[in-house]
Amino acid sequence: MADGRGTIRRRAGLRLWLAGGWLALLALAAILAPWIAPADPLAQDLLGGRLPPIWVRGADPQYLLGTDSLGRDVLSRILWGARIALIVAALAGTATALIGATLGLLAGFLRGWVDLLISRLIDIWMAFPPVLFSILLIAVTGPGLGPIILAIVVIDWTRFARVVRAEAMAQGAMDYVASARVAGRGRIGTMLREILPNVVPTIVVLLTLEMGISVIVEAILSFVNLSISTDQPTWGGMIAEGRTSIHQAWWVLVFPLIALFLTVLSFSQLGEGLKDRFDPVLR
Amino acid sequence: MAEPCAELHVVENLHLSLPDMTRKPIFGAAPRIEILRGISFALAKGSVVGIVGGSGSGKSTLGRAMVRLLEPTGGRVLFDGIDITHRGEAGLRPLRRRFQMIFQDPTSSLNPRHRVRTIIAEPLRLHGFADIDARVVRALDQVGLAREMAGRFPHELSGGQRQRVGIARAIALEPDFILADEIVSGLDVSSQAQVLNLLERLVRDLGLTLAFISHDLSVIRRLCSRVIVLRQGAVVEDRPTADLFAAPAAEYTRELLASIPLPDPDQTWG
Ligand SMILES: Nc1ncnc2c1ncn2[C@@H]1O[C@H](COP(=O)(O)OP(=O)(O)OP(=O)(O)O)[C@@H](O)[C@H]1O
Ligand SMILES: [Mg+2]
Repeated sequence: MADGRGTIRRRAGLRLWLAGGWLALLALAAILAPWIAPADPLAQDLLGGRLPPIWVRGADPQYLLGTDSLGRDVLSRILWGARIALIVAALAGTATALIGATLGLLAGFLRGWVDLLISRLIDIWMAFPPVLFSILLIAVTGPGLGPIILAIVVIDWTRFARVVRAEAMAQGAMDYVASARVAGRGRIGTMLREILPNVVPTIVVLLTLEMGISVIVEAILSFVNLSISTDQPTWGGMIAEGRTSIHQAWWVLVFPLIALFLTVLSFSQLGEGLKDRFDPVLR
Repeated sequence: MAEPCAELHVVENLHLSLPDMTRKPIFGAAPRIEILRGISFALAKGSVVGIVGGSGSGKSTLGRAMVRLLEPTGGRVLFDGIDITHRGEAGLRPLRRRFQMIFQDPTSSLNPRHRVRTIIAEPLRLHGFADIDARVVRALDQVGLAREMAGRFPHELSGGQRQRVGIARAIALEPDFILADEIVSGLDVSSQAQVLNLLERLVRDLGLTLAFISHDLSVIRRLCSRVIVLRQGAVVEDRPTADLFAAPAAEYTRELLASIPLPDPDQTWG
């Protein structure tokens, strides 16, 4: 039947497939990096510095995407960098979602003093400028994977808490909640069995967006040298290094930038696509 | 009319007021709005009673207080002789099965993420019923829904079918009392007629006591043997349906009757 649902669905489908496809590919590359990376990402080749990618004159066929100023293989570094990016995305995103959504759900559904307490906490928390907050945190803890994830969770849980709280409040006003009460279901049971399934789509959409944000935050912190130690290749670190030699070797900057861009875009498109897919009326 | 049956649901001098948050001063308590101002009546076992009144007269509030979705601020609510006026949720739980409610808007009262099967089965599970699957099937049969509907989500049903799911959920628990709050006002005329037929049959077959809230007097006239007329949170008239329609006593009832187009049974066409 031509009622417009088909086209919406197909468009959402294509977006989902493209975004999901890129992320799946990246995840696979990240997992297999030790075996598929053509070279050691840290091995320097002082005689083979700034070799261009393979399709440019003067390239060495050994280095598909060229080498940086220290002669390290750009492709291998991107593959290993994907590992860090995705680990941060997965861990930081999930932890943020769990903490933020739990607090938001409790505040939005239980209301009363629980809500008062959590809402105040959110307000106070959001009064801190986030970037300063994270830099301060990492300055205290020292760089590393754990501190970065912690910094992202600490900054971004309020995003989940606020959105999920509002959503839980709206759902709480629906008659199916009153109906569960008439049926004799307790508060916590109603929250988990009736409200939660209705806010899960929101949580999943936020989660994918949060994963994209985590990738950017990790890159930014690497860029300002506050991330993982320097002997692990990260996209942000590569972009920072590539920026200094943009005129001599553009590929050192451009390829990690493309990887970063596609990944962040894919996460946000995945979120949008899932939102459409979750809409029970469009399903 | 002599009443041989005992009284199932009794409301005595019921008061309910809510804080008016729009007029709350920055410090101190909000002023309270009186929504129910001393309502009393008793519903006999097996009776079908209509509750009518204009918009904002307090019908829904009264209904919700009767099934204890709201706590009255004064007076008493007795269910089968048990005082439930101020019982906490835990104290109400063992009684909850016995008084059920059907809601006006099934798109809101059926969880969009649950299948029809789950919607009907969950309350049964909560009250420890055995052979739940069989009971779900029976409830679907009773409200005239095909068994395949059990696997559907609410948005895959028509408005009339959704309202039947709401009815099935309520009757599956084998309650003694059902409160129906404007359950046909969202439906088109033919589904309205079907749902009313269904309700009539269920009341007869199951021996239910039914309180039927509506602003549509023609629906009340058809279904109910007694009518309670509410105005601004107080009862203005409480009489057998036939009497009320023949000679409305209160001015307000006459206005209500006049404002609602009633099908004239003597009317002949052409
Ligand atoms: N939560 C609330 N806070 C403040 N006022 C309320 C609240 N709920 C209801 N009221 C007021 O109480 C009065 C009665 O409301 P109620 O919903 O019981 O009316 P009703 O008879 O069911 O009307 P309708 O036919 O429109 O459904 C209305 O004036 C309404 O504005
Ligand atoms: Mg109402």
